Order: sequence, then structure tokens, then C-alpha cells
Amino acid sequence: MTASNSLLPTDKLFLMKPIAVLTTIPSDSHNWNLLFISLFLEEQGFSVINLGPSVPYDVVLDTCNQYHPDLLVVSTINGHGYIEGRELIMRVRDMDIMKDKPVFIGGKLSTDENMSSLYVLELEEGGYTKAYTGNVNMQDFTTRLQSIAAQSAISRQA
Amino acid sequence: MMVNTAYFHHFIKEYAGKGRLVVQPRMGFSDIDVMRSGLHAVKEIDAPSIGTITLDSFTRNSNFQGAADAIRKGMVLNGYPIVSYSREENRRLIEGLRAPDFPVQVRHGSPLPEEIFKATIDAGIDAIEGGPVSYCFPYGRISLKRSVEAWSTCCKLFAAAGNGMGHIESFGGCMMGQLCPPSLLIAITIAETLFMMERGIRSYSLSLAQGTHTTQDIAGLNVLRQLGRKYLGPESEWHIVFYTFMGKFPLSYQGAKAIIEESARAAVRGGAERLIVKTVKEAHQIPSITDNVNALNMCNEVAITAFAHRFLQPDIPEWTSRIYEEADFLINLLLNQHSDIGKSLMSVFKKGYWDIPFCLHPDNKRLTQAKVDVDGFIYWSDIGKVPFSPHIRKNALRKEARLSSAELLKMLSFNQQKYDSLQFSSSHG
Repeated sequence: MTASNSLLPTDKLFLMKPIAVLTTIPSDSHNWNLLFISLFLEEQGFSVINLGPSVPYDVVLDTCNQYHPDLLVVSTINGHGYIEGRELIMRVRDMDIMKDKPVFIGGKLSTDENMSSLYVLELEEGGYTKAYTGNVNMQDFTTRLQSIAAQSAISRQA
Repeated sequence: MMVNTAYFHHFIKEYAGKGRLVVQPRMGFSDIDVMRSGLHAVKEIDAPSIGTITLDSFTRNSNFQGAADAIRKGMVLNGYPIVSYSREENRRLIEGLRAPDFPVQVRHGSPLPEEIFKATIDAGIDAIEGGPVSYCFPYGRISLKRSVEAWSTCCKLFAAAGNGMGHIESFGGCMMGQLCPPSLLIAITIAETLFMMERGIRSYSLSLAQGTHTTQDIAGLNVLRQLGRKYLGPESEWHIVFYTFMGKFPLSYQGAKAIIEESARAAVRGGAERLIVKTVKEAHQIPSITDNVNALNMCNEVAITAFAHRFLQPDIPEWTSRIYEEADFLINLLLNQHSDIGKSLMSVFKKGYWDIPFCLHPDNKRLTQAKVDVDGFIYWSDIGKVPFSPHIRKNALRKEARLSSAELLKMLSFNQQKYDSLQFSSSHG
């Protein structure tokens, strides 16, 4: 299965900005958080490839291979983040081009809110740059995004 | 086979005849004993209620192995994995509970639901829901073509197994849960029921979700009834189900209670026969069985009072005719594409004649947009390629600037803010 072309713009203007791939885990079918984060990332200066709901692992990997994104964001709210989020980061970190890239996961990580802070640790241990749960700290996220965008601008000039 | 045991629709029509609203929870647990106690608790309440078995999201995505592994390891899933349990286990789940006075519906969310339909039929359950568009577009990347083919097969399977008496509810009136103009929701749910009828289903329901203004909701329900009469079979074959708001929910107890109660009043005033409820915990966690029981009781009481005090709000006829005109236009557009509804659906979406705002699915054009005005009315802010007549355009369209993330969040939070900031000293019946 390959990513749909309609979601993958190729024009030069799009590629001149830092690129963020926005995804969720295979079993998670939410839309609204993806739409919000997509607009938010655009406002922070990123070109966004929004893969939409229920994304198979291979589509995420193929998209990363094709675009070498500066950032990968995983949004999840169905409570299976602690299972499939781990599987996803394992596969992503296996790719040479994604070994050191910032990868964030955030949302509702499990069906049990009390366990979610434990899963934050497990997901970060699994390879995420940062895992967010519950009421996402947007200030922390924004600061990190700005730093990534700035670094990307430097590396693009080089 | 589910022979001569089709209770679902009959139960609802019987209570509708007595002026009662049937209430139903969303409920799904991966553990059989917990699921069974959930059904038992809903059956025991003093209200006309229906049991729900909501499936987990591994099963919805056809990852049956994943679901089976998870239950074997004792992991908690977000629903009941009906395909991964045996036919005997599924039958045991409902044994002694499902009865003419307590019908049960399977709820899922799958674009490719063949195994789910087979497991439901094997379990002897006569009611299920979804649709080729409503369970495809919001939930993933499966093409509309594949979903139409799969749903075609499933409708025929269900019709054959239940001698046409198996009941399918179209989820089309709940597309995206929020921020969709009601005319499009109505057109989709009518289209999906026509699709099911074409494939042998003779017992079906139409849906609509609570939006951000009760006047628009009641008008929408009125239109659904009128267009159902125009396009579907006799009213003995179908009913309307209304859904408590599915978007960003009020955080406070009082706010959540107020929006849930408002949904029950709107259901009654709009003439819906069944209500799918949310609970006061909606914004915070997956509700417990007790939360669901409390919500069902609350809605039942509100509905009884609302039946006794039904009245027509003055601005509803105008909204009804406005939504009717748009929805009827969209349905006509569909019916003029092809003799087969499945092909017609693919055609209207491909051309952008039907285009669902905010829906990220690759087969949706994404040229339309909707917004919520200061009062809470949902309107088209961009109609993309939808070929509305000039008259409809004039009424419907308010062309506006590009949407920011802050504005989107504000629209998504409209009900949360409205209900959380209500003053609860006065009555708002």
C-alpha cells in the first residue's frame, strides 16, 4: 500500500519550508486533532503532509522515505497509543534517515488516564523525542517546533 | 441464522407509538463478563432501552489477530472484539439478556465489515449499523469503491440471514461528528438507506447528530422525516435515531448534563424515535457502566417531560424549508448519476458535487468548508464544486477568509464553552 498522491504535494514552494509529516497509528480513526495540529504546524512555518486517520505503518515509512521530513508528529486518542505507538517508533527509528529526527507522540495514550504518565516514559524509552499526554503542553511543543524550524532553515542553507 | 427473532425495529416502533423515546448507550468492553454486566445493567433500567455492543478499534480495522492476541494477553481493548471470540462465546454473551423487550445492536465503524457482519449473524443479533460512506470516509484510507463493494456484500448477507428483517442503521447523519452542514448529513443518511434497500434490507434507520444549535437540529430532524417519506419505503420500515453531540464535550458536570438533556429534548421535539446518549464523563474518560445507566435514566426522564410539553418554536419552519431545499437538491443530484446508488455515490464524490467539509479521506475532494456562526448555526463557508442553485447559494453561503487553528479550535469547542458557561440557577426547558 502506498500513500495517496492527493495528500502528497510536490510543488517547490511546499518543499522550501521545513516538512512535517503528521500521522496517527493504524487503529486510530480520529480527524479533528489531526486537522487542528495540521493548521497549527503550518502556522509555525511547516509544510505539512497530513496522512489522515488510520494510517498503516508502511504508509508512514514510505512517506518519510519520500520526503525526508524534519519532523514526525503522531497524534493518537483512541487509547491504543501505548501499543501501536511503540511499534511505530521502533520501525521509524530503524530507518537511517529517521534515526535522529524529532518524533513526537501526543494525545490520549491509553484507555486508563492513570496509566498514561507511565506510558509517556515507556514511549520515550522506545524512541520518541517527547511524548505528551492529557492536556498537551502547547508551550513546550511550540518552543520545540520553533527550534526545529530554525535548525531546518540553517541546514537547508548549508 | 437469526431466524424470526428481529426485535430491534419493532421494539422502537412500539414505544414510539406510546409516545416514548428509546434510549441507547455506547458501550463496549473487551472482557466478556464485563460486557455482559454492562448489557445487564442497561436492560434493568426503568426506561425503554436497547443494549449496545461496541467493537474495539483493532476489529474495526480488520486486525483480528491483534485483537485476539490482546485478549489472550489480558490487555484491555476499547471495545468488544466480536470476530475474535467464538460463536459460542458471543452467544453466551447475550444469552438470557437479548429478548423482545431488550434488543441489542452491534456498533463498529468498519469500512470493510464482512467478518463483523458474519459474526453478528452467527451470534443471532438482528441489528447493526454503519454505511459505505459514513464508515469509510471518517475512519481511514480504504477507498470508497472498496467500501461500497464490501457494504454491498454485507447488506445482502444480512438481508438473506434475517429474511429481510435484519435492521441496519445508517450512520450517515453523524459524519465527522461535528461541523457538517445538516443538509449534507441528511443526504448521506438517505443515500445510505437507499443503498441498503437496493440490496434487500427492509428494516432500516436514519441518523442525525446533535449540532451546535437546537433550532437547526430540530429542523434537520423534520427534514429527515419529510425526505424519508419522499424517498424511502413506508414509515413502518424505518425510524430516526438522534445522537447526543459527538464533538468536544463540556468538561463540567452541569455543562455535560445540560447538553445531554438538550439532546433528549431535541430528539423528542424533532420526532426522533431513538437516542444514542453520551455520559457526563465524555470529556474525560471512557464511561463506566454506571455512567451510562445514569445518562440513560436522565434522558428518559427529560424525554417524558418533553413529550408532555411539545411546542413549535417560531423559527423552525424557516430553517426546515432551507435545509429541505439543500438536502433535496443533493439527493436529486445523486439519483441523476446512475441507476445504482453505490456507483452514484462514487460519482458525486469524484466530481466534488458532494464534498464533506474537513474530511481528510483521499476520495473526498476537500474543496468545501463549513463554519459555526456566533449563535451556533452551522453554514457553508465555501461550497467548493457543489453545484447548488443560485437561490440555495444565496441562503447557504457566507464566503470567508481562510481558517486558522485557533478558529477551528474555537468552532470545535463551541458547545463545550456554551454549556460549561451556562448559569444553572434558571430552568432552560
